[in-house]
Amino acid sequence: MELLTDLMSNFWIALVLKLLVVALIIPLIGMVIGFAEMKLSAKMQARVGPYFAGGRWGWAQLIADGVKFFQKEDLIPRDADRPVFKVAPIVVMAGTVALFVVIPWGPGVIFRDLDIGIFYALAISSLTTVGVLMAGWASGNKYSLIGGLRAAGQLIAYELPLVFSAVAVVIMAGTMSMQGIVEAQVSAGYPFVLLQLVGFVVFMIAALAELSRIPFDLPIAESELVMGYLTEYSGFRFLFFFLAEFANMFSMSAIAVTLFLGGWHLPGIPADVLEFAGPLILIGKSFLLVFAMIWFRWTFPRVRQDQLQSLAWKWLIPISLANVILTGVFKVVL
Amino acid sequence: MSIDADTIRHLSEVSVSVELQTEDMTLNIGPQHPSTHGVLRLVARVDGERAFDVQPVIGYMHRGYEKLAEVRTYPQITTIVNRIDWVAGYANEIPFITAAEKIMELEVPPRAQYIRLILTEMARICSHLVFMASYPLELGAASPLFFALRERERVLDLLEGVTGGRFHPNFNRIGGVKPAYGSGSMTRKWVQDLPAGFYRDTRAAMDRVLEVCDELDNLVAGNEIILARTKGVGVIPVDVAASYGLSGPNLRASGVPFDLRKMEHYLPYDELDWNVVTGTNGDCYDRWWCRLQEIRESAKMIQQAIDQVPEGPIQAKVPKVIKVPKGETYVRAENPKGEMGYYLVTDGGNGPYRVKIRSASFSNLSILPWALEGALIPDIIAIMGSLDFVLGDVDR
Repeated sequence: MELLTDLMSNFWIALVLKLLVVALIIPLIGMVIGFAEMKLSAKMQARVGPYFAGGRWGWAQLIADGVKFFQKEDLIPRDADRPVFKVAPIVVMAGTVALFVVIPWGPGVIFRDLDIGIFYALAISSLTTVGVLMAGWASGNKYSLIGGLRAAGQLIAYELPLVFSAVAVVIMAGTMSMQGIVEAQVSAGYPFVLLQLVGFVVFMIAALAELSRIPFDLPIAESELVMGYLTEYSGFRFLFFFLAEFANMFSMSAIAVTLFLGGWHLPGIPADVLEFAGPLILIGKSFLLVFAMIWFRWTFPRVRQDQLQSLAWKWLIPISLANVILTGVFKVVL
Repeated sequence: MSIDADTIRHLSEVSVSVELQTEDMTLNIGPQHPSTHGVLRLVARVDGERAFDVQPVIGYMHRGYEKLAEVRTYPQITTIVNRIDWVAGYANEIPFITAAEKIMELEVPPRAQYIRLILTEMARICSHLVFMASYPLELGAASPLFFALRERERVLDLLEGVTGGRFHPNFNRIGGVKPAYGSGSMTRKWVQDLPAGFYRDTRAAMDRVLEVCDELDNLVAGNEIILARTKGVGVIPVDVAASYGLSGPNLRASGVPFDLRKMEHYLPYDELDWNVVTGTNGDCYDRWWCRLQEIRESAKMIQQAIDQVPEGPIQAKVPKVIKVPKGETYVRAENPKGEMGYYLVTDGGNGPYRVKIRSASFSNLSILPWALEGALIPDIIAIMGSLDFVLGDVDR
């Protein structure tokens, strides 16, 4: 233990250790969710899913896929805007990694407990869309361009309900710090979802749209746009998008858990156990939401662009705005 | 001009695009695209999400079957016509064989006719189940695919049990049907023509098909997003449908009870109790619904038919080398995709002098430029999918 504290006191060693954790956790979570998606979708469709890789249950399927991606030729189309094309997956991944900074894993376990945590999280999550837009523009492909522009339109429409439903929680908690929001729920004795059910539902719908998952996967829309902004990507650049998508699913769920479902806290667990169990509780709760997302993915068809926009502007934004006002009024009155 | 909501929206859109002076983009959809059902190519002028002047480019799959038929004998041609609409290979054989039999003035034994009917309806179920699988997939829902294809596999197994082929049965002979795979010798072919347990397996499979129709009804028609994506989309009015020569479920969805099974007596359909399914609005949803109902009707038809199959030979007396006397005829039949016809000109030889194939998908596809004018890109896929064409049937 002393050794660890000594090591951590050295800035550079600590940095390397932290980077290692980040570099391991994000692909690991991405792979676990990717595998869960394969297996769950198989279950829902009366299939077996991955079976042979790794010998049992195909547990090594995602590792095999990863190795496969690295063996692929790094193709860049002739008409592509080369620097932007190369940077786009990195921007997407950067947004994903940066989002992990403010996820509260347990009491005191957080990379950086920013005072404006939730504001930072919502702002940095839209960085992914910038990367997507870059990918769509730089590919030199019309399908990619349409996909990228769809992603941009989706971001503009769904950022607002996302922020508004988070604002209602911030009003209830009285702080924007992610740890502060969890602690507010601990001291209140109930997760905010009980009072913010509307906000939770709006947040999850908007999060699905932000992640461009079905039913809002218009930027990719395989049957329409071939593969949307991903059409020209292959090899490890594609892997970056692939991992970022699954890691983003987790981080968005973790933020939703923090805001609405009590974060790392579970009633009835003593405080000293919570220090170790916190991350597990958070991961468990997040995976429940991730499961719901996978469930939707294999149940729903895709909406149309105009239906997507009218859902955001005519329903979600007014509802979440009313929710903010109502929450504010109650906060002042009570 | 009366000003209603639609007009105002239209006017405002016009004024906006004039102000912005946006440049249109030419989008080339296909021939390699996930949703063009093979090698169809569409060239569209795209303004944002809206497509104009959509031009289908066909011919990537032209195999020259009409010409090939001129240099082949009649029994050889059944292998070719199988491959026109490969989703329902069996159904393609019927009109061709019937045409040849009509010129020869051959009476087909009733048992062979019933076997033909049962297998044709099985091919229809297979074809419509492929549509049930692919159409939700084109709208983004992946799961109905597996439910539909699983049942299709059962029906294909039955087809394979009788004919020996899943997709290309090549089962019809002039004057009857081929003795079933693995049953009886050529000399005693009328003794044992259907494989053992065929009636029992068929009954079970049809019950299961009817069940999966209910499942699909729940899964697809019970989904709000699918309804929002298909209702009122791609409406084809009766007069337009008729002027483009649409047939099959696409025409019936517009409300025309045009079904060749009721009108042409090429198989004993009038001895069975069944209804022609018609839609009301002619939109994508109705086309989907019509096909679902037709699966149900076909399953019921097969259930009745296997109770009524008469005993007797499965082959009329024909010479060893088949020569069709000089003449010409046109025979059309209700294929899963629509009206399929063969115009057959014979000169008394081993093979036909000229064959003209009227395929359903070709005419059904011709409505695309009209139906896709001003459609959104997702609706292009929805409308195209709902017309349910097969490129082999288009290009031949």
